[in-house]
Amino acid sequence: MNRLTDLFQRKTADVLNVYFTAGFPQLHDTVPILKALQEAGADLVEIGMPYSDPVADGETIQRSNQQALENGMTVAKLFEQLQDIREQGITVPILLMGYLNPVVQFGVEKFCQQCQATGVDGVILPDLPLEVYERQYRPLFVQYGLKVVFLVTPQTSAARVRQLDALADGFIYLVAAAGTTGAQTDMNADVDAYLSRTKALGLQNPTLVGFGISDAASFAAASRHTTGAIIGSAFIRLLQQTPAERQPLAIKEFVHSIRA
Amino acid sequence: MTATAPSPYQVDAHGYYGPFGGAYVPEMLYPNVEELRDNYLRITKDPEFQREFQQLLTDYVGRPTPLFLAQRLSAHYGTTIYLKREDLCHTGAHKINNTIGQILVAKRLGKQRIVAETGAGQHGVATATVCALMGLECIVYMGEIDIERQKPNVDRMRMLGAKVVPATSGSKTLKDATNEAMRHWISNPTDTHYIIGSVVGPHPYPDMVARFQSVISAETISQLLHQTGRATPDFMLACVGGGSNAAGAFYHYLDEPSVRLIAAEAAGQGIDTGHSAATTALGKPGILHGASTILMQTEDGQVTEPYSISAGLDYPGIGPQHAQLFATGRAEFLSITDKQALDAAFQLSRLEGIIPALETGHALACLPLIGAKKDDVVVVCLSGRGDKDLATYTKHLEEYAS
Repeated sequence: MNRLTDLFQRKTADVLNVYFTAGFPQLHDTVPILKALQEAGADLVEIGMPYSDPVADGETIQRSNQQALENGMTVAKLFEQLQDIREQGITVPILLMGYLNPVVQFGVEKFCQQCQATGVDGVILPDLPLEVYERQYRPLFVQYGLKVVFLVTPQTSAARVRQLDALADGFIYLVAAAGTTGAQTDMNADVDAYLSRTKALGLQNPTLVGFGISDAASFAAASRHTTGAIIGSAFIRLLQQTPAERQPLAIKEFVHSIRA
Repeated sequence: MTATAPSPYQVDAHGYYGPFGGAYVPEMLYPNVEELRDNYLRITKDPEFQREFQQLLTDYVGRPTPLFLAQRLSAHYGTTIYLKREDLCHTGAHKINNTIGQILVAKRLGKQRIVAETGAGQHGVATATVCALMGLECIVYMGEIDIERQKPNVDRMRMLGAKVVPATSGSKTLKDATNEAMRHWISNPTDTHYIIGSVVGPHPYPDMVARFQSVISAETISQLLHQTGRATPDFMLACVGGGSNAAGAFYHYLDEPSVRLIAAEAAGQGIDTGHSAATTALGKPGILHGASTILMQTEDGQVTEPYSISAGLDYPGIGPQHAQLFATGRAEFLSITDKQALDAAFQLSRLEGIIPALETGHALACLPLIGAKKDDVVVVCLSGRGDKDLATYTKHLEEYAS
């Protein structure tokens, strides 16, 4: 069974998804960071495929993308790095997150094949429109057992949320407030109202909240009405600030601090 | 929406031009783009909108712009050359045709703030101008590098009351200013309208901007008819960065196969030098700034940084309609080097007493390449005036000492 589906069958609350950019801070950090996150107890890991023009991302993730590209990271290289992770004892569900153009240039079918071969469970492609996914790519994603995640924001209409939920089969990514990743969202009454309003829609997919989740308090607040939350920019900042030799320990402490 | 698009070169009901176009935007932008898509035709076709738009084009922009028979240039090339004088528009370029139209749309959508991107600063100035006119807050993103090299336009925008914000991400030029403007729109989804400066971006922008710029070819038809007795030229020449002046100059001639449409792209130092912005020569299909189009990119799909002497053509993509005109062969795309554009700009200055923008120099540089015959009629879209490029021209004055 798909590891993502399996995770959400086992766990329906406080799911922690951690994002990091492939090939950052160093080109060959991808797999060690993945291992450290699994050991630290992350439920789910989202690996960013770096892109030159990440419009949905704030400064922190933009800079990590740029650094990763300068390090020589590519889609092809990422699949090389992930080649035998499942044989190395990595069992945590893995999502790839990225923008459409590098995937299209790699070849969408080849991309899906490689995901299946390396054990990637799902994808988040924020600039892949729902309509294009449905018309052009859905059969391929289904054929290669790849789950898809769609984003929903406080401005998304209820009708649109239902459309997105009908086609998503990974989870629904709830963007906490209008903005790009890393925005300072305080988990205020507005966000709480939006999350409970979404909960009331009774979606078929699990929901994870992202954008502005950075510590135990925001994680707990975000998880109140949802299946869990996603941490990205705060984790990238940690990687940026941590000397290489302290990385595994720092990752462990970080994940534990969120769970505290 | 144009459910029954009459032309294979116009946008279809789904927002595409053949395989190009669409709206590849993150969900955060979906409600904004949807609002615009669902309302732009209704708003712009409203008689009251049209009345206000036309009146501003006449009394504020100074339209119609003249169609000028360039006699000495014609004699030089042994053909008949007309110049469509967009350089005489208020603020010095065609850009204001679009910003007037979009600000009227923004007002009708109840928006209080305008965000825009700019490269050389022409679109930024045109946006700051209409924001001052309508009393709306204006924020212009401009690459940090462009802010340094286009200081007079930065000062113009500030004098007009706009806030100029440096884009410090990526390569710190136009493409990054566009990313930053999009991010600003993501963060301010309800009260802000994004005035894109060219026929790029997600549907409906390419179509909406082309419609506002189509006044260029609409006027050309009646002026040419009046002056020559025929409505169609044999050649229509325009430069293409994103491609808004070309989209307007071509618009009413797209389905007139007798009119050869010539698009001039910036070859920079030469298409094989690694310092070029000739998108159709160097690019391939992909997705940029919300649209499927042709763009310059690495094998791995990373967008590459273009180069041109002209900051207005320094863009790694082209509008999706132009991608379709290129793919179908309806328009011919010529690569013009920095040197060819400079030659043409000095030539026009000396022969006709008109200093063109460097962008326009690229369109003029096509004149010796198209094989126009004695009885042919050639129209060049003179997209902008050259004052902003004086610093560059000054560096080359010695080479062109007469």
